[in-house]
Amino acid sequence: MSDAATPPPPPSLGKLFWVFLVMGATSLGGGVVAYLRTGLVVRQRWLDDVSFVELLSISQTLPGLNATNMSILVGDRLRGGMGALVATLGMCIPGASLMTAAGLLYGAGGDGPWSKAFLHGIAAGAVGLILVVLVQLGAKTLKTYADYVFVAATAVAVAFFKVPVPYALIVAGIVAIWWHRPRNKDVP
Amino acid sequence: MKQLWDLAGVFAYLSLLTIGGGMAAFPEMKELTVDTYHWVTFPELLHFYSLGQLAPGPNMMMVASIGVTVAHIPGALVALVAFFLPTGLLTFFVGRLWTHLATWRWRPAIQTGLGSVAVGLVLAGAIIMGRGAITQFFFGVIALVVFLLLWRTKINPAYPIVASGLVGMALHYFNIA
Repeated sequence: MSDAATPPPPPSLGKLFWVFLVMGATSLGGGVVAYLRTGLVVRQRWLDDVSFVELLSISQTLPGLNATNMSILVGDRLRGGMGALVATLGMCIPGASLMTAAGLLYGAGGDGPWSKAFLHGIAAGAVGLILVVLVQLGAKTLKTYADYVFVAATAVAVAFFKVPVPYALIVAGIVAIWWHRPRNKDVP
Repeated sequence: MKQLWDLAGVFAYLSLLTIGGGMAAFPEMKELTVDTYHWVTFPELLHFYSLGQLAPGPNMMMVASIGVTVAHIPGALVALVAFFLPTGLLTFFVGRLWTHLATWRWRPAIQTGLGSVAVGLVLAGAIIMGRGAITQFFFGVIALVVFLLLWRTKINPAYPIVASGLVGMALHYFNIA
């Protein structure tokens, strides 16, 4: 149990950058949220679990990746605007450098038959990874039969009828939000 | 120079579609980077996306790979900034407002409603990606095994993904794929 009476002082910008840089460099395998919780809640104790979950729910509702949205929200909460900036830079620099290098190598003849075979293999593996993300996201999000209808309608429209994503997002989004609209009986 | 503006426009637009994760933007990313601008081929896009799953940090750093392919290092920087700045600013300002919205009656409706649409977009992305990646039986087996492993165990996803690549090379060696 953390002692709520003595919250740790906010970290310096340098320390904030360093901690996010380490997480940005070590969070292999996609599960950045788990690394964030371990780093921020368990090790540094900059946040408690309640604030972590609150910031995570904002990150998941807004567009943008969870990892960068969380860096912005946590950085802002700890050290304001500059905090958000250094946390996001720290989170992004390692992966961005690696993927830039990967693009350069690929263009410089790294796309021979062997690397193509390797990349085709990981593409198939990545489909499995996305399906897991989908199942986990679905288990958390979908509560009623109507929700499954919204999922299917959106997916079929985009993947099979080539409906541009913004139209699908706006139409399905409005219908789904309206479906879940606050009813008068909800109000005490 | 025109290419840098195109990159900025495309990735700024794509960033706004990443509700529920980077995969939600995949259908439009394929449409724009492959079919409209011909910056990369569909297999190249799949390769970059999958490599991006192995890189640490946020899982869409592959936008840098597309950027660098189009316009070298400046292209990578433009793609990255365009992809992260618009949603970043939105998150920054909405994040500050959000606590004031805690009791807003429409907030749960928006969260649940957008949630199911986001899952639909991720599913659409998975279908489009599957069409390119699962080109024959054995690649379907790889996807299924990775899915079951990650669903049923706590294994770090990096291991089965790297293993999939090695299986891909083995399939190539035995002339199966």
